[in-house]
Amino acid sequence: MSASTKAEYAASPAWEGGAAPYAIGSKKLGMWLFIIADALTFASLLVCYSYLRYATDNWPRPFHTWPSITMATVMTFCLLSSSVTMVFGVAAASRNDRGAAAKWIVLTILGGLAFVVLHANEWRGLIEEGVTPFSNPWGVPNFGAAFFTLTGLHMTHVVIGCLYLGVIAFAFGRGKFTPEDVEVSGLYWHFVDLVWMFIFPMVYLLSNVVTMGAH
Amino acid sequence: MPEAARTQVEHPAHAAPAGFIRKYIFSLDHKVIGTQYFFLALFSVFVGIILSVLMRFHLVWPQAAIPGLGALAPTGAAGGVMTPEFYLSLMTIHGTIMVFFVLTTAPQGGFGNYFLPIQIGAADMAFPVLNMLSFWITFVGLIVLLAAFVVSGGAPLSGWTAYPPLSAIGQIAGPGQGTGQTLWILSIALFTVASVLGALNFIVTTIDLRAPGMSMMRLPLTVWAWFITAILGLLAFSVLLAAGILLLLDRMAGTSFFIPAGLVVNDQMLLNHQGGSPLLWQHLFWFFGHPEVYIAILPGMGAVSQILSTFARKPIFGYRAMVYALMGIGFLGFMVWGHHMFMSGMSPYSALVFSVMTMAIGVPSAIKTFNWIGTLWGGNIQFTTAMLFAIGFVSLFVTGGLSGLFLAQPSVDIYFHDTYFVVGHFHMIMGVAAIFGIFAATYFWFPKMYGRMMNEGWGKLHFWITFVGVYAIFTPMHLLGVVGSPRRYSQFTEYDFLKPLAGVHEFITIAAFITATAQVVFLFNLFYSIWKGRKAEINPWHCTTLEWTVPSPPPHDNFGGRPPTVYHGAYEYSVPDAKADYLMQTDAARLPALKH
Repeated sequence: MSASTKAEYAASPAWEGGAAPYAIGSKKLGMWLFIIADALTFASLLVCYSYLRYATDNWPRPFHTWPSITMATVMTFCLLSSSVTMVFGVAAASRNDRGAAAKWIVLTILGGLAFVVLHANEWRGLIEEGVTPFSNPWGVPNFGAAFFTLTGLHMTHVVIGCLYLGVIAFAFGRGKFTPEDVEVSGLYWHFVDLVWMFIFPMVYLLSNVVTMGAH
Repeated sequence: MPEAARTQVEHPAHAAPAGFIRKYIFSLDHKVIGTQYFFLALFSVFVGIILSVLMRFHLVWPQAAIPGLGALAPTGAAGGVMTPEFYLSLMTIHGTIMVFFVLTTAPQGGFGNYFLPIQIGAADMAFPVLNMLSFWITFVGLIVLLAAFVVSGGAPLSGWTAYPPLSAIGQIAGPGQGTGQTLWILSIALFTVASVLGALNFIVTTIDLRAPGMSMMRLPLTVWAWFITAILGLLAFSVLLAAGILLLLDRMAGTSFFIPAGLVVNDQMLLNHQGGSPLLWQHLFWFFGHPEVYIAILPGMGAVSQILSTFARKPIFGYRAMVYALMGIGFLGFMVWGHHMFMSGMSPYSALVFSVMTMAIGVPSAIKTFNWIGTLWGGNIQFTTAMLFAIGFVSLFVTGGLSGLFLAQPSVDIYFHDTYFVVGHFHMIMGVAAIFGIFAATYFWFPKMYGRMMNEGWGKLHFWITFVGVYAIFTPMHLLGVVGSPRRYSQFTEYDFLKPLAGVHEFITIAAFITATAQVVFLFNLFYSIWKGRKAEINPWHCTTLEWTVPSPPPHDNFGGRPPTVYHGAYEYSVPDAKADYLMQTDAARLPALKH
C-alpha cells in the first residue's frame, strides 16, 4: 500500500482515536453510568412506595409541621448547602487550588454529617413513637416499611458519600488525584442530593398532617 | 480549563503480573477474567443439565429410585425417590443457574470480556479492578446459590421468578422457603451488583478506548451486541436489585411490600402482614426479566453475524440495519414486560398495548433473520463446526420466535401460559438458541484463546446430536401445551386426562438423556484441544477483525503497546483485487470502488 493511500485515509473524517471521543474521561463516564443505574434503583423504590400508597385507602399522614416537616426542611437545607459548597470545591480543584478545594469539600462533608445527625435523631423519635418496619401507631404497617427503606437507603448513600469525599479531600489536599477525580466525586454528591429532592416531597410533604377541612 | 489534559484517555494498561495468584486467580487481565467467567459458566451449565435430567427422569418415572440420589438428598429424595417439593427445588435452581450463571455469564462476561477490548484495539477494559471484582462477586453469588442445596430445608421452590407471597413468607410455605429462599435472594442481589459493575465497564470501554480509526460504524457486530447488552444490563439489573432488597426486607425485617392481608397458607393464617401487593414484584421482576431475555441472546446474535459473514466469505448483509435492529430490540425489550403477566390480571387495554409492542419486536428480529439469510445467499459457504452452530442458532431463533408471536396475544396466552407450550417456547429461543450462540463462539474463538484448533470431526458430531436432540426435546413440548399439559407439575401419572400423553413425555426424556450425554463429546474436545489440539495459525479462519492480528493466545497487553490503526469496517470479504479475498481492519489498502 502506497504512502499516498495511507495519507488519504489519514485525512478521512473517521475518528482518529487516542482521545476520548465525547470529551469525557472514563472515570467521569463511569460515574454517570453508575448514577443512571442507582437512579433506577431509587426510582423503583419510589414507584413501589407510590404504588402501595395509592393502593391503600387510609395511608397515614402523621408528620406535623412542627417538628417533623420543619426539621426535614432544615435537613434539606443542610444537604442543599453542601451541594453549593461542593460546587465551590470542584471550581477550586479545576483551578488546581488544592488547599481551597480541600476546605470546601470538608464543609460539604460537614453539611452531609449535619444531615445524617438530624436524620438519625428523627429516626430515634419515630422509633420511640412506636414506628417500625412492620408496625406503627397509625395502622398501615407499610408506612414505616416504605419510610425506613427509602430514607435508610438514602442515608446509606450520604454516609458513603461523606467517606468518599473525606478520602478525596484528604488526598487531593496532599497533591494526589486529579481535578477530574474531584469533579467525579461531586457528581456522586449532587446525585445523592437530587435523590433527596424526590424523597422530601414524596415522603414528607405529602405526609403532612391535614390540619384543615377533613381533620 | 486544560481541556486536552482532561479528556486524555486513561490507559488501563498495567504491568504483566508475576506469580500464580496474580496471574490466574485475582488477575486484572480481561482475557483471564473472561476465561474465568467462561469456566464458571461451563461448570454451571453442567450442574444445570444434571438438574434437568433428574427432573425429566422424575416426570416420567416418578416412583423409580435414582441410585445415589438418596445419599445426596436424604430428606428431599429419601431412598432416591424425589418428593414433589424436591422436584420444584431442582426446577428453581435449574432455571436460576441457567438464566443467570450461564446465559448471562458466558456470552457477555466470558466472550465479551475476552474479545471486546481486543476487537476495539484496546489494551484492557477501562476499569480492570472493577472487572476483577465483577467476576469474584459473581463467583460468590454462585456459591451462595448452590449452598441453598445443603442448608436445612434445601433449595427454594419458587422458580427462577420467585413470585411472592410464596417467596416472601418463609418456612411456612414449604421446605426450602426458609434459609434456601433467603440464600437465593442474596445470590441474585450479588449477581445483580456484579452485572451492573460489569455493564458499566463494558459501556465505558466501548465508548472511550477504541483504537484510532475505529469509528462506531466500523465496530464488529459482536462489539455492538456486547455494547447494547451492557446498556440493557445496566438498566435492568438495577431494577431487580431494588426488587431484591424489598423481598429480602419482607423476609428479614417483617415488612409487607409483597404480602397482602389475610393469607392462609398450609392452614395457618398470616397475621403479621398486610397491605402489600404480590403484583408489584411481578412488575419489577419482569421489567428486569424481559430485557434479561435479550441480555442472553443479543451477544449470540453478534457472534453469529460475525461467524456467518466469515464462513460465507461475504460482507454481512445490511450492517447498519443490523446495528439499528439490535438497538430496536433492546429498546422495545423494555416496553413489553406486561406480556409475562397476562394471566396475573390486567386491564385489557394495557394487555393490548403490551401485546402490540411485543409483536413489534418481530420487525427488528425479522430484519436480523433476513439479513443473516441474505449474508448466506450466494456465499462460498464453509461448513465448519462454528458455522454449523451459527446456522443452528438462526434456525432455533426462528422456531422459538414464531411461537412467541402466539404467546404475545393475550387471547391465546391465557390458554397456553401455564402449559408446556411456554416451556417449549422459551427453551427454544432463550435457552438453546443462546447456547448455540455460545457453542458457535467457542468453536470460533478457541484457536485465538488457546493457540490450538478444536477437533472438527468431534465438533460436527456434537453439533448434529445436539441440533437434532434439542428439536426432539422442545418441539413435542409445544404439542403437549396445545393439548393442555400443565407446567411446573412434578408428575403426570396421576391424571387421567394426561395419560395419553405419557408416551410424548417419555420420548422427550429419552431425547434429553441422549442430548445431555452428547455434551461429554464437547467437554472432551474442549479439554483435549486445550493441551493436545493441532497448533493454530494467527488467523486460521481468514477473519478480518483485530483479534486475528495478534498472537494466539494474545499477549498480556494485547497489542504490545502499539495500538492498531483501523481503516475498514469489519466485514470486507470477497474483495476484488485483494491479495487474499478479504481485507483486515488494519489493512491500509483501499477498497475498490463499487461497481454498480
